[in-house]
Amino acid sequence: MYRPSHAALTAQDLVKTYPGTRGAERIRALDGLSVQIGAGSVFALLGRNGAGKSTTVKILCTLSRPDSGAATVAGTDVLRHPDRVRRSIGLVSQKSSGDPMATGRENLMLAARIQGMSRADARARAGALLDRFGLADAADRLTKTYSGGMMRKLDVAIGLVHRPSVLFLDEPTTGLDPEARADMWREIEQLAGDEQMTVLLTTHYLDEADRLADRLAIVDAGRIVVEGTPEELKSELRGDTVHIELDSVADNEAPVAVGVLGSVPGLRDVVADGVRLRARADSGARAVPAVLAALDGAGLGVAAVTVARPSLDDVYLRYAGRTFEEVA
Amino acid sequence: MASLTTDSVLLTTRSVRTLMRQPAYLAISLVQPVIWLLLFGQLFKSVIDIPGFAHGITYLEFITPGVIMMTALFSSGWAGTVYIEDMSIGVMDRLLASPVRRGAMIIGTLAYQALTTVIQTLIVFGIAYAAGARFPGGVTGIAVTTLSAVLIAMCIASFSNSIALLVRQQEALIGISQFIVLPLQFLSSAVMDTELAPGWVQHVARYNPVDWAVVASREALSASPSAGAVLPRLGALIVLAAVLGWLATRAFRTYQRSA
Repeated sequence: MYRPSHAALTAQDLVKTYPGTRGAERIRALDGLSVQIGAGSVFALLGRNGAGKSTTVKILCTLSRPDSGAATVAGTDVLRHPDRVRRSIGLVSQKSSGDPMATGRENLMLAARIQGMSRADARARAGALLDRFGLADAADRLTKTYSGGMMRKLDVAIGLVHRPSVLFLDEPTTGLDPEARADMWREIEQLAGDEQMTVLLTTHYLDEADRLADRLAIVDAGRIVVEGTPEELKSELRGDTVHIELDSVADNEAPVAVGVLGSVPGLRDVVADGVRLRARADSGARAVPAVLAALDGAGLGVAAVTVARPSLDDVYLRYAGRTFEEVA
Repeated sequence: MASLTTDSVLLTTRSVRTLMRQPAYLAISLVQPVIWLLLFGQLFKSVIDIPGFAHGITYLEFITPGVIMMTALFSSGWAGTVYIEDMSIGVMDRLLASPVRRGAMIIGTLAYQALTTVIQTLIVFGIAYAAGARFPGGVTGIAVTTLSAVLIAMCIASFSNSIALLVRQQEALIGISQFIVLPLQFLSSAVMDTELAPGWVQHVARYNPVDWAVVASREALSASPSAGAVLPRLGALIVLAAVLGWLATRAFRTYQRSA
């Protein structure tokens, strides 16, 4: 049901097309995307590049207009009152949004001032945010000298400077090294705890959505294919995933192996990818002996068998029809 | 209105601060006018002896307002590159997702362009004076020339900003700017008296804003300026600058519609 007043963010049947290159058909970036995001939560849009995550963010933060559909932010219609929406949102876009020829402090001051804060308030807020993000030592250095991780923290600080009620984090950790990424995750977790803020996070990292999001939606081909808490989504997939790696596989053996596994009781959803096979089982541990026996009986050598609890990748496979790694 | 002014001041300050951190850019922008003044001023010294050429002044004095307008033209033709840089990083998106007025974003770049043009103009005057040029029009003449240069810079900077928002590509912007700037410069009396040019050039120059700026300045710098030659041209430049500035603000809508 469409209830704009009870959610921090709503999108209803968003459609957005872009012109195709050289007279090709128009590209349908969003194909009837609808979502509602409750106030005060961290919500992740998970999908591969081109799935429509960023286009959704662009529409919600007034940078782009949909061909059709409706959207609200903090109860305000995005299409009718973009100016009001702009006062209540903070945007951390995919690309760094700091001016490289200004210092960290100057960047924050400018961001605060164009949001209508007085010079004194802006100065105090900039100082507080620089401290909070551990950038106090670098505060008066030009941001072109910042590392990727420092720059990203400054981007988030800039997004927060006017205490928005909704913060958009568009792929906040793309391009960061693992350490900076872990650091950023801690900041985002803290953020969601400290401030009464709704965070919309887009990501193509499954582990990021799993760790940070209260709820998440998988976006594929411009629509939301499934939505829920990470736990709900994983538990919807009953049982475990069994991964099998064959010794070697001739061209015609993969279908044979799939056929063999398909006849093992308790095993379902068998998929092959070269020497790797995967299947789902109510109890992985109980299925393994039967799997080994069946493959052995068919004369297929096994290099490794592992059993895993369902991951978001399995969820993705189930709803988007392919594994995440294949397409991400 | 208060926020428009505040935002414009804030964004202009940002540009001026950037310029002060890279003063080399200003120095580089002065290389070309210096070459024009000193090299061409010498090389074509005897042009003034051609019958029909503006008389009573040296060639150096003749080309000084022309070189000032050319400097303003070339600098402001690059104005849009600031937007392109802001687009390539996330600054443009962040500004557009904030309550800052689009008009303030245009005014910010224009005010910055005006300031650099004033500095460049005064430096070119200084070089011309050191090379021996004298301008009987005095302070008024210099003021009119500076104003004309600022107005031309605003026209071209607005145009450059619009193109930047529409094509969003550095190479395309530079190509289009050059395509506009070079003919504007040569189809005017900037370096050559159009009285001596073919009839069609004279005709085109009449509608060329660069020629308005050059003619108004040269007149104001002369011993006995006629207000009738200066004021209508300044008026036309003001109207043109306002129209192009407004169009640049409109270009933001197109940029966002296709975003």
